[in-house]
Amino acid sequence: MPAVSKGDGMRGLAVFISDIRNCKSKEAEIKRINKELANIRSKFKGDKALDGYSKKKYVCKLLFIFLLGHDIDFGHMEAVNLLSSNRYTEKQIGYLFISVLVNSNSELIRLINNAIKNDLASRNPTFMGLALHCIANVGSREMAEAFAGEIPKILVAGDTMDSVKQSAALCLLRLYRTSPDLVPMGDWTSRVVHLLNDQHLGVVTAATSLITTLAQKNPEEFKTSVSLAVSRLSRIVTSASTDLQDYTYYFVPAPWLSVKLLRLLQCYPPPEDPAVRGRLTECLETILNKAQEPPKSKKVQHSNAKNAVLFEAISLIIHHDSEPNLLVRACNQLGQFLQHRETNLRYLALESMCTLASSEFSHEAVKTHIETVINALKTERDVSVRQRAVDLLYAMCDRSNAQQIVAEMLNYLETADYSIREEIVLKVAILAEKYAVDYTWYVDTILNLIRIAGDYVSEEVWYRVIQIVINRDDVQGYAAKTVFEALQAPACHENLVKVGGYILGEFGNLIAGDPRSSPLIQFNLLHSKFHLCSVPTRALLLSTYIKFVNLFPEIKTTIQDVLRSDSQLKNADVELQQRAVEYLRLSTIASTDILATVLEEMPPFPERESSILAKLKKKKGPGTVTDLEEIKKERSSDMNGSAEPASVNASAVSTPSPSADLLGLGAAPITNSAPPPSSSGSLLVDVFSDSASAVAPLAPGSDDNFASPDLASSEVVSEEPADTVHDADELFHKFVCKNNGVLFENQLLQIGLKSEFRQNLGRMFIFYGNKTSTQFLNFTPTVICSDDLQSSLNLQTKPVDPTVDGGAQVQQVVNIECVSDFMEAPILNIQFRYGGTFQNLSVKLPITLNKFFQPTEMSSQDFFQRWKQLSNPKQEVQNIFKAKHPMDAEITKAKIIGFGSALLEEVDPNPANFVGAGIIHTKTTQIGCLLRLEPNLQAQMYRLTLRTSKEAVSQRLCELLSEQF
Amino acid sequence: MIGGLFIYNHKGEVLISRVYRDDIGNRRNAVDAFRVNVIHARQQVRSPVTNIARTSFFHVKRSNIWLAAVTKQNVNAAMVFEFLYKMCDVMTAYFGKISEENIKNNFVLIYELLDEILDFGYPQNSETGALKTFITQQGIKSQHQTKEEQSQITSQVTGQIGWRREGIKYRRNELFLDVLESVNLLMSPQGQVLSAHVSGRVVMKSYLSGMPECKFGMNDKIVIEKQGKGTADETGKSELGSGKQSIAIDDCTFHQCVRLSKFDSERSISFIPPDGEFELMRYRTTKDIILPFRVIPLVREVGRTKLEVKVVIKSNFKPSLLAQKIEVRIPTPLNTSGVQVICMKGKAKYKASENAIVWKIKRMAGMKESQISAEIELLPTNDKKKWARPPISMNFEVPFAPSGLKVRYLKVFEPKLNYSDHDVIKWVRYIGRSGIYETRC
Repeated sequence: MPAVSKGDGMRGLAVFISDIRNCKSKEAEIKRINKELANIRSKFKGDKALDGYSKKKYVCKLLFIFLLGHDIDFGHMEAVNLLSSNRYTEKQIGYLFISVLVNSNSELIRLINNAIKNDLASRNPTFMGLALHCIANVGSREMAEAFAGEIPKILVAGDTMDSVKQSAALCLLRLYRTSPDLVPMGDWTSRVVHLLNDQHLGVVTAATSLITTLAQKNPEEFKTSVSLAVSRLSRIVTSASTDLQDYTYYFVPAPWLSVKLLRLLQCYPPPEDPAVRGRLTECLETILNKAQEPPKSKKVQHSNAKNAVLFEAISLIIHHDSEPNLLVRACNQLGQFLQHRETNLRYLALESMCTLASSEFSHEAVKTHIETVINALKTERDVSVRQRAVDLLYAMCDRSNAQQIVAEMLNYLETADYSIREEIVLKVAILAEKYAVDYTWYVDTILNLIRIAGDYVSEEVWYRVIQIVINRDDVQGYAAKTVFEALQAPACHENLVKVGGYILGEFGNLIAGDPRSSPLIQFNLLHSKFHLCSVPTRALLLSTYIKFVNLFPEIKTTIQDVLRSDSQLKNADVELQQRAVEYLRLSTIASTDILATVLEEMPPFPERESSILAKLKKKKGPGTVTDLEEIKKERSSDMNGSAEPASVNASAVSTPSPSADLLGLGAAPITNSAPPPSSSGSLLVDVFSDSASAVAPLAPGSDDNFASPDLASSEVVSEEPADTVHDADELFHKFVCKNNGVLFENQLLQIGLKSEFRQNLGRMFIFYGNKTSTQFLNFTPTVICSDDLQSSLNLQTKPVDPTVDGGAQVQQVVNIECVSDFMEAPILNIQFRYGGTFQNLSVKLPITLNKFFQPTEMSSQDFFQRWKQLSNPKQEVQNIFKAKHPMDAEITKAKIIGFGSALLEEVDPNPANFVGAGIIHTKTTQIGCLLRLEPNLQAQMYRLTLRTSKEAVSQRLCELLSEQF
Repeated sequence: MIGGLFIYNHKGEVLISRVYRDDIGNRRNAVDAFRVNVIHARQQVRSPVTNIARTSFFHVKRSNIWLAAVTKQNVNAAMVFEFLYKMCDVMTAYFGKISEENIKNNFVLIYELLDEILDFGYPQNSETGALKTFITQQGIKSQHQTKEEQSQITSQVTGQIGWRREGIKYRRNELFLDVLESVNLLMSPQGQVLSAHVSGRVVMKSYLSGMPECKFGMNDKIVIEKQGKGTADETGKSELGSGKQSIAIDDCTFHQCVRLSKFDSERSISFIPPDGEFELMRYRTTKDIILPFRVIPLVREVGRTKLEVKVVIKSNFKPSLLAQKIEVRIPTPLNTSGVQVICMKGKAKYKASENAIVWKIKRMAGMKESQISAEIELLPTNDKKKWARPPISMNFEVPFAPSGLKVRYLKVFEPKLNYSDHDVIKWVRYIGRSGIYETRC
C-alpha cells in the first residue's frame, strides 16, 4: 500500500484493517472491533489532548468500523474538531466522517455549519472544494437552508478558481434537486449562463448540467443560454481532436460536454435567430458527417463516445422537428445502426426511430427500413430489442404497409415472449382496425389473432370486432361465414366462441342457405362448445340460442329442449338459470311478431373511440406511443372512413366502464336482446337511435339522462330559406345546468350535444342525426358569433362531411376558449338539402358563462369574509322571482352544482338557504363568484343574490340562474 | 429422510458434500443457498433449522465447521439432529477434534463413513465400536482379514446385538461410570430463582469379557417408592430415607443397548454394554437442584460517566469439596473507556474485546465467599440509549451431581464365563459443570 509507506500514512489504521481482514469468523471480527472501540474510547476520554494525527487516525478507524456495519455513537466531536484543522488530510477525514455519519444532531450541526462557513470564506481553493463536496454529499434540507444562498455567490464571483466553480456548480445542482424551493433565483442566474463561455471546459461541463436542470423549471430565465450553448457546441464540434487536450476522449472532443449541451438545447424550441439557427444546423450536420467518417480508433470507448454525441444530436433533431433534411439524414444514420452488431446500438436506433416515425418529415424515410425491422423482429436475440422493434413497426404503420406489418406481427405473435404478447395483440387489433380498407381482412385478422393468442386477447378486442361487424352490413355475411368455419376447429379459444356466438346469433341467417351451415348445424356446432365454456360465455350463448329461435323457427323445438334440460333450468349459477327460464318462457309464450321485435337485430353501435386504444394507453401510461398515437390520429383523421374517432374524454365521460356497457352483456339479460328503445338506457351515447319513431324515449330514471325535450316549443323548419333563429329558450336554459343532451329535434334532424369544460377551455361534440331515410346534401353547419362575442369567445369548428346518409349521424367538434366574460350565446346555423328543398335552421348553442365555473370549497368564515369584501353595490345583483318549478331542495341543490359552483353546506345560518361559491376562468382574468339563494316556500318565491368581482358577470349569472328555478 | 449432507468451513467453502437423494435438486443450488442464507447471512442465523425454497437445512456448528443436513421432506427434526450429533461423535472418535485441517486430511474416511452410516438418507449403525471393526484408517486391510473375521463382522453388524462382538476377553474386568451434569440457572438480582434445570448424562467405559448382562440402579424416585411399597414391613424407615435421597427425573433417553421393554415394565435399566466408552443415558431434572454458587451483584451508576460494580459469590456445598475452574463474567457497558478492578481472590481482568470483566478463581472450597469490586469509567455518547444490563454469567466445575443423582448399584452377570459381579472393578465419578449460569444485575 503506497499510502502506508509515506510518512503521513496511518500505520495503526492499516494494521487494524488487515487484522479485520484476517479474521477467521464473524465472532473474531466482532471481538477485534470491540477491542479497538474500547481503545479509541480510552483515548478519547479527554484526560490528555490528542494531536491531530492520532485524532485523524481514530476517526478513520471509527469510520471504517461504521462502514463495516457497526453502530458508532461517539467520536463526532473529534471529527468536528478535525474540520478546523489546517492540514488538508485531517480536514479531509473530518469532512468524510461528517458526510457519512452526520445526522440532524442539533448541537453538532451548528458547529459543522460554522466550520463549513469558515472554509467557504477562506481563500484556499482546496478547503473550499472540501466544504462544497461535503454540502453536496450530505445534500440535506438543512444544508440547503444554510448554504443555498451562499453558493451562487461563489459560483459567479470573478476571483473564484476554476476547480471551485466546478464544485460550486455541481453542489448547487445537488441542492436544487433535493430542495428546489430553497435555491433563490436572482441576478446570479444571468451570470451563470455566461459560464458557458468560460475557458475552462470543466467549468462549462458543470455549469451546463446546472443550467439544464434549472432551465427545465424556469425556461424563460435561461433563454440566453441557447445561443451561448450553440456557439460553444460549434467550437467543440469543429475543433480538431487534439485541440482540447485533456478533454479529448479517445479522439472525440469533449463528448460529455457535447452531450450536455445538446441536452440543454432540448429544453428549448429551435432558436428563432436565423444566424444561431444556421450555426446549430451546421453543428448537427457536422456531427452527422463525423459519424460517417471511418473510426479513428478501434477501441470501443471511441465509438461509444462518438455514438453518444450522435444519439443526443438525433434526439435534438427530433425534438426540433423542423429540418426535414436533417431528420432524413438522422433516419438514414439510424438505419445503419439497425444492423450493427452491438445490441445496445440496435436498441437505441429502434427507440430513436420510433420517435422519428412520428415526425411528418421523416415518416417516409423510416418506412424504408421496414424490411430490416421485420427482420430484427424475427432474428433478434434480445427480448428488449424485439419489443422496441414491435413499437417501431407500430409507429411506422400506415395505410400503405398496414397489411404487411399486421401479417408480420401476427407471425411473430406465435413465437413472441409471453410478457409482451398482450401488448402486441392490442397493437395488432388497433392497426387492423385503423387501417382496414377491406373489412373482410379486418375480420380475418382478428379471428386469426384470437386463434393464435386467445388468452391475451382482452375483452375490448372482441367487443370491437362485434361493434364493427354490426355497424357494417357489407361484412356481416362474410364474418358469419368465417366464424362458422373457425368454430369448426376441434379446439377453439373461448373468446372465439364468444365472437362466434354473438355473430351467428345476429347474422346466422345470412349463411343458413348453405346446406353445410344449416341452422341446425350452426346450433349444434355452438352447443358442442357450450359445456367447455365459462359462465359468462354460456350466458352469451344462451342469448344466441334465443336469437336463433327468432332467426330459424324450424329449430325452435330443439332449442327449447336444450333450454328445458335440467342443466340449464336448474343450473347452480343464478344468471344462467334466469336466462334459461326467461328465454324458455319467451319462446313458448310470445308470438312470432313479438319475438321478431324483441329479438330484432342489434342496432348499430355509436361510433366512438376504439376502446382498445384506451386500453393500450392505460397500459402504457403517458408514454411515447400514446403521444404518437395522438399525433397520428390528428393527421389521419379520415382514415377510417366516416368513423371519425371521437375524443377520448368524451367516451371516458359517458362510458366509465367500457366493458360493462359496450354490448350491455353484463347486467340484465333482457336488455341485451331487447329492442333499441329500452336498451338505450345503458348506451347513453347512442342519442340517435335510428328507429323510425319520431321520439326516441330515453330510459327514465337513469341519472345521466335528461328529460326529453319538448318538441312543440321548437318550431318546425320553414320550407323557404330563412334566417330565423330557433329561440327555443326553454331548451337552451336546460343546458345551463348540464352538458349533455338533445338540443333540437324535428322530423328531419336531431341535434345532440356532449360537452365538457375545464377552466377556460371547453370542447363540444355536436351530433347531427339524419332521421329520414334519404340523404342530406350540402350539409353545412356553421357557428356564428356576434362581433362582441367574437372578442370574448374563441370557437374553432372542424368541417363535417357535406352528405349525411339516411339514418346516419355525423359528429362535429367545437373547441372553445373563453377569453373574457360574455353575455350572448353563439348561434348554430345549419343548411342542407333534403329531397329537393333547401333547409335552413338556427339554434342557440348553449355555451354560457357559467360553463367556465370552477367550484371552490370554503368555510363559513371565509365565505362571509369574502362576501363582505365584495360589498361594492355594483358588484351585487339581486333578483326576486316566482318559482317556475316545484320548490324541491334536492333538485335545487343539484341545479346549483350543475351550474358549476360549489354548494357550501352549513354556511348560511338558515339551513333552508343555499350558498355557493366558485371561480369563473377566462383567459384574461379569473372572477370569483359568491351566490346565495333564499327560497320562500309560503310565497313560492326565490331571492337570488350574486356577488362577483365584475358587474357584468354578476348580471349575466343572475339572469342565467334565475331561469332555472 | 435426509437428502444430503454438507460440511462447510467458516468461509462457507464446501469441504464435504454427499447427496443421498435426487429430490434436493441441483446440488450446487442447495449448497449455495445455505452458504448465502445462513453462513454469510447479514444477521446471525440463530435457528438451527432454516427453510430456503421449500428445502430444510438442519445445521450444527463445531468450532468453525458447519455441518448441514438437507432435505425436502418433512422429516423428524430431532432424528436429524441426533444423527448429526452422532456423526460428530463418530468423527471425533476417528480423528479427534473436528477442524478444517482434520476434515481435509481425512476426507476419504469421512466419505466412507457417510456411505456406511447413512443409506438413501436413512441413518444406519453409527456405533463407533462397530464401525471401527470394518472402517479402519490403516488403508485396505481386506487381504489380511480372514474369511472368518469378515463373516464375524457381518454377523455382528446384521445381528441382534450389533454394538458388541463376541469373544472379547480382558484379564481384568473393569468398568468406569461417569455422571456428568450441567446446571443451568437464571436468577433475579434479589436472589429469586427464575429458572433452573440440570441436564445430565451417564457415560460408561466398560472393559468386560464375553457378553455380560448389566443392571444399573440409581436413586430414581419412582423406583425407590416402588421398593418401599414392596417391602411393606420396612415402610417407615425406607420412606424416611428415600424422601431425602431420591430424585425426580423429568425425562430420560437411553443408549440403544438398554432394553426399553424392561424399563417400561419394571423401570429397571438392564443392557449388554458395547465395548469401550458409550453414553448410557441422558436425563433432565428441574426439582430440588443444589445450586453450587450464589452470585450477589451490586451495580451503582455514579453520574453519567461512572459505574461502580460489586459482586459477591458464595459457594453452597460441603466444605470438604473443592470447586474448580471458576470464572465470573461481569458485562460492562458499550461505552466503557476505562476499568479499575480490585479482588481478594483469584485474578480479574477487563477484556475489551468481549465487553466484560473476567474474574478467574482456580479453586474454592464449599461454604466460602469471595468478592470483587470494579470502577468503570464511561464515555458520554450521542444516543441516549440505556445500557441493557446483561446478566452476570459464571463457569465452574464441582465434584458432585447438582441434581442429587446417586448411583446405587451396577451389577454385572456373565453366565458363560467364570467371573462374577464381585470380580469386576467399578469406578464411579460425579462431575457437575455450569451450563448457562446467570444472575441478573
